[in-house]
Amino acid sequence: MERKDITNESYFQTVFRRFRHHRLAMVSLVVVAVLGGAALLAPVLAPYQPDEIVGTFSGAPSKEFWLGTDQIGRDVFSRLLYAMRISLLVGILATLISTAVGVVLGLIAGYFGGVADMLIMRFTDMVMSFPYILLVLVAAAIFKPGLWNIILILGFVDWPGIARLVRGNVLNLRETNFIKGNIVAGMPLRHILFSEILPNTVAPILVYATSVLALSMLDEAALSFLGLGVQPPTASLGNMLNGAQSLTVLTRQPWLWIPAGVLIVVLVMAINFIGDALRDAVDPNSRR
Amino acid sequence: MSKYIIKRILIAIPVLIGITIIDYAIMCMAGSPLEMLQGPRVSEAAVEAKKIALGLDKPFYIQYFVWLGQLLQGNLGYSIKSYQSVSEMIGSHIGPTLLLMGASLIVSLLIAVPAGIYSAIHQYEKGDYAVVTLSFMGSSIPGFFLSLLLIYIFTVKLGWLPSSGMTTLGTEGGFGDVLQHMIMPVIVLAASMAGSNIRYIRSAVLEILQQDYLRTARAKGIGRFKVINKHALRNALVPIVTVIGMEIPVLFGGAVIIEQVFSWPGLGLMTMSAITSRDYPVIMGVCLLSAVVVLIANLVTDILYALVDPTIQLD
Repeated sequence: MERKDITNESYFQTVFRRFRHHRLAMVSLVVVAVLGGAALLAPVLAPYQPDEIVGTFSGAPSKEFWLGTDQIGRDVFSRLLYAMRISLLVGILATLISTAVGVVLGLIAGYFGGVADMLIMRFTDMVMSFPYILLVLVAAAIFKPGLWNIILILGFVDWPGIARLVRGNVLNLRETNFIKGNIVAGMPLRHILFSEILPNTVAPILVYATSVLALSMLDEAALSFLGLGVQPPTASLGNMLNGAQSLTVLTRQPWLWIPAGVLIVVLVMAINFIGDALRDAVDPNSRR
Repeated sequence: MSKYIIKRILIAIPVLIGITIIDYAIMCMAGSPLEMLQGPRVSEAAVEAKKIALGLDKPFYIQYFVWLGQLLQGNLGYSIKSYQSVSEMIGSHIGPTLLLMGASLIVSLLIAVPAGIYSAIHQYEKGDYAVVTLSFMGSSIPGFFLSLLLIYIFTVKLGWLPSSGMTTLGTEGGFGDVLQHMIMPVIVLAASMAGSNIRYIRSAVLEILQQDYLRTARAKGIGRFKVINKHALRNALVPIVTVIGMEIPVLFGGAVIIEQVFSWPGLGLMTMSAITSRDYPVIMGVCLLSAVVVLIANLVTDILYALVDPTIQLD
């Protein structure tokens, strides 16, 4: 095999070159792109309106309704496309919120140290002590379940991991010469925090955020499955599985629950694979 | 060493106090017990009298200390649905949950430890890829979906395993019966934990394999078997301790959903029914209990970690 000259490679080229080694991650990237595209284009692709009653009750898959119809005669395939939209939206927004909260708290704790660090880290410990799902369930019970509340709840519960990660990185970076140089040069604090420290810790944050995304999507599914998440008639991958709690659906109408469950597994697994490959790709000690 | 242990305990105390404050604050935010009283047949004076009787006219921090005082005596309050004491309710439901959690923890370790070590030793070989892919599958499949699939296969199609409860109704139960009922919930809980643990143990062992002392051991020519079994495995104990500590909160959370699906008569099922009926004293009692257990588990892990790993920095 010919060896390419990699001496003048940019950072992103290096990361992408390493990322490509991970075959499963490349497949996952395609899967996420296709499914994400299908979700985005749901209004164009879906043969029927997601909330419209168009067929018989619980009809089996047919030429007309590819994945059958649900208990009140809505097209399952169309609902699935819209459900994917909602589940991805919840996952992405919740991840953005928790990453933002975690990054800000982690930066403050790591850079200022002392009392601020102690207060933030002890608060992190407290939040982390409550089992995550339990906290989400309690919040879902107190606030009315619904799309935006679920996004906010997941976002504001899942930041401690990122806060710890960022704090650790900042502590390491603060000891480096280029940050010390910045301090000596009298650069403004905002510049040091956001233009010097943050860019140097973006890669691990990105990797961590992919696993938060996967987890948020799993949690949304679990909450909606229990009836505490996204409320019908809005379809989400989780609440489409809700029907399977009834024995007739579970045993006689597998088209009502298996496709939604498989979609969750495929999406979450693809995101996890991408995260894993990214972790290897951005690792400065990687020799590949 | 004892200095380190004392320091860890001292750090845990404010966290513990913070947990009780958060727990109490959430309970207050959720609603006051007076709301249940209100109705057309209850006069304002009666509500007012009840308010004073419950101490709700006092400032927030005094109410908190009264609550904390009762807490220290083991009184977690009373359910607003069944009027039972919360601590008694927890006491009567905790057995099945501990059984489920213990069995899942053991099963997940039995899967994750050998698989993680195998995968690390055979890094970048076919076996390694298979194990890692399977582990990703384990952590990507939602517990409730795996439960539904298992029920579909083993209960509906094959009729081998019962899908709900802990014992067959109308029978004495007995060891074999409980075991049959346990198989599916334990598989589901263990699968999700094993998924992430395999990768954790794999990377920990990989790190150990790169250490200088293992290179030395290899250079002595004592053979691959001895290098791995005598030198590497002993050091792999350290990450296993961490894994057990990390699993405790996951178990508590997972149990809530899995018990609901399998109608397993434990804490999780009790919590879910409390959540649907908004029985806040019960919900917050369970939350507080699990948070304290997790805190203690973390503390014990940290201390064990220091005991197992002599190179750890004790500052």
